[in-house]
Amino acid sequence: MLTFFMNRLRRNRAAQCAVLPVIDAPCSALEMPAIEKQEATSEEIEMPWNVVVHNDPVNLMSYVTMVFQRIFGYPRERAEKHMLEVHHNGRSILWSGMRERAELYVQQLHGYLLLATIEKIG
Amino acid sequence: MEICRQNEALEIRELDPFLAELLRQIPESAQPKDSPAAEERLFSPPAAPEEKVLCAEWKLYVVPELRRLFQSATETVREDLQQLRCTDKPFANCTLRIPMAHADAWLSALNQARLAIAATYQFSDHELCDHYRSPLGSRRDLSLFQVNFYGFLQECILREMEGND
Repeated sequence: MLTFFMNRLRRNRAAQCAVLPVIDAPCSALEMPAIEKQEATSEEIEMPWNVVVHNDPVNLMSYVTMVFQRIFGYPRERAEKHMLEVHHNGRSILWSGMRERAELYVQQLHGYLLLATIEKIG
Repeated sequence: MEICRQNEALEIRELDPFLAELLRQIPESAQPKDSPAAEERLFSPPAAPEEKVLCAEWKLYVVPELRRLFQSATETVREDLQQLRCTDKPFANCTLRIPMAHADAWLSALNQARLAIAATYQFSDHELCDHYRSPLGSRRDLSLFQVNFYGFLQECILREMEGND
């Protein structure tokens, strides 16, 4: 998993280099063509993303509540509210914010075998 | 069958041979080799299919890590299940002691098994809520009983974990 985030970090750094007016040492001319392709990614990263958990008839309600408490640090009442939202509405937005953190949350949720995705806001 | 807390462990006493056999099947049920539906459920995509780059990177970097994580949990459970090797009296009731330190591994392995079985047999919501279905009958009925029995164990473990907090 570390590799996944290191890879993303490298890509993001490359993308940031591409949009910065100041040329710094790691962004050599040779790297530029690849970097150009990454600019859109940089914009995407700055957009807020939602962490969405989807309904699953197998996972126990008490288990899902425990997972929300553990991963997001929510108090029991808030975790239960989200769990019930998933149960009744089929999905619940657990968190919104920067893409990398959203991906990390989704990864943790998958580690607990919940059906979770990230979605672009808007 | 009786479940009670004994110091830092959860003890399942008077386990009859049938339930003991279902417990022995947890590691294999958790890692089905021939079920694409189970594989799809255990390693579901992290985003909509339009997010091709993310989904591809996820498969490459995250899925192997998740696989290791799940396997590590089932290995812990497999070791605990060694207690059920009743070699001298194969049809006698036995006791299984689950250390509370292994509770997370058990929750994960039981969940893997439940999700994999449910995906393989494509149980409907109605079937999953029918807790009175008899396990005697088809392989499908037995698998549904397995899902419910593992769910019951998960509830017991969760209750004990909450008691610890």
